Amino acid sequence: MFGLSFVGAACAQHEGPAGDQGSGAGHEQVEKFNAGKMILEHIADEHGWHLWGHTSIPLPVILYDSERGLKVFSSARFEHGHASHDGYALSEGGEVIAVGANGLEDEAATDRIWDISITKNVVSLFVSVVLLLLIFGSIARSYSRRTGQAPKGLQNLLEPIILFVRDDVAKSAIGKKKYERFMPFLLTVFFFIFLNNLLGLVPIFPGGANLTGNIAITFILACFTFVIVTLNGNAHYWRHILAMPGVPVWVLVILTPVEILGMFLKPFVLMIRLFANMAAGHIIALSFFSLIFVFGETSAGAGYGVAIGSWAFTVFMGLLELLVAFIQAYVFTFLSAIYIGAAVEEHHEHKESIV
Amino acid sequence: MILASLVQPSFGLIFWMTLTFLTLLFILAKFAWKPILKGLKDRERSIEDALNEAKRAREEVAGVKASNEELMREAREERELLLKEARDIRDREITAAKDKAKAEADAMIARARAEIANEKNAAITEMKNQVAELSLLVAERLLKDKLGDTSAQHALVEKVMKEADLTRS
Repeated sequence: MFGLSFVGAACAQHEGPAGDQGSGAGHEQVEKFNAGKMILEHIADEHGWHLWGHTSIPLPVILYDSERGLKVFSSARFEHGHASHDGYALSEGGEVIAVGANGLEDEAATDRIWDISITKNVVSLFVSVVLLLLIFGSIARSYSRRTGQAPKGLQNLLEPIILFVRDDVAKSAIGKKKYERFMPFLLTVFFFIFLNNLLGLVPIFPGGANLTGNIAITFILACFTFVIVTLNGNAHYWRHILAMPGVPVWVLVILTPVEILGMFLKPFVLMIRLFANMAAGHIIALSFFSLIFVFGETSAGAGYGVAIGSWAFTVFMGLLELLVAFIQAYVFTFLSAIYIGAAVEEHHEHKESIV
Repeated sequence: MILASLVQPSFGLIFWMTLTFLTLLFILAKFAWKPILKGLKDRERSIEDALNEAKRAREEVAGVKASNEELMREAREERELLLKEARDIRDREITAAKDKAKAEADAMIARARAEIANEKNAAITEMKNQVAELSLLVAERLLKDKLGDTSAQHALVEKVMKEADLTRS
């Protein structure tokens, strides 16, 4: 299942230019299959949701231009980057740029654009949020309606995971006394990442977007962790960062900057880890399918031959990615919980070594 | 160009993500996690209560059973005691009866023996008397026959005189 859309997508990449050449509509050169470009395009965000071939769902482009005000129009106006609309066009990287009358980029005007378009990833984000609200809304109803009774259905499916987050993540990392306050955040983060990881594996619309493999998403998630840790840090936590007790002053000169850097490094690593893992999963699967077309360009037979291997490898990777989807959600949540735990930890007598 | 955009968070996505995630966090916290965590906690508490209740009930039952057993044991002991007493009484009575019977029998036997002895003595005495009488009678007859004449009487006297040991006093 994982691979299907990639086959379709790759086909589109391959056939698109060839088709254009056949119709002779202004494209003289046959575009060679560019695996790197295709992969990066697929894991990047885009205006409009590319489904297959030349079919894509147009999405609203919302721009705030500090000079021209709010502009809202459909991404279909760009005609996949071939046309400009109202002085705006798409760059090669898929970003909205301002163009002058001559059709060239007006860089000063581009700098004035704040692009808050509903892109593919934003749609995917909304879809996942709606799913989360539906799923947990219904479970919450089950819990209120069936108080004290055994779990049933969806509730039964997700209860072990909720208990896992509560007992093995929150309770073990934060401690029994204080974990309850952070449960909503940890559960939300866990299920948000987990669901979006899984949606990323589903090749057909509305899945397939590389949301958790997008650095903006992981950046915000890590920011939430950072804010919660920083706001909840107690005196003990701050003393350990600013002036580690029992350390000579001359060491503090080195240690304190390192500790302060560490405050920011921890969420930074959270951000990179999730982003890199999820993006890598998509890149690997797409790479296997690119192989088919790379070989297919030399000879059709080689393409079909490689297809079998690529298919098998992608299935294997898909299974692995299922595991990774859970593990990355767990790791992000668990590390967040550990950072929170360190921030709210009660002060006990100094026995810990200085690390 | 595209690669750079991959590691460069786009403003739009950050904007929507912050907004959406905050909303999600708020709604889920209020309408999902709260009832779910409460439900879980309540259920766990009710299960724990039920288990404790069961434990208490089990202990109570065990206590009742123990006291029942104690009662049974006491009853058994009492029965044993009663039986033992009854047996003792019976034994004692039998022994007493036996003793009494034996004593009576002994007395009877003794009486019988004494009577027998008396009878025997009487019989012996009577027999002696009769033998004496008979002897006398026989002796009288013999003497009448033998000592009818005077010479025979003299011969006897002489014989007795001879036989008699005069040295013995």
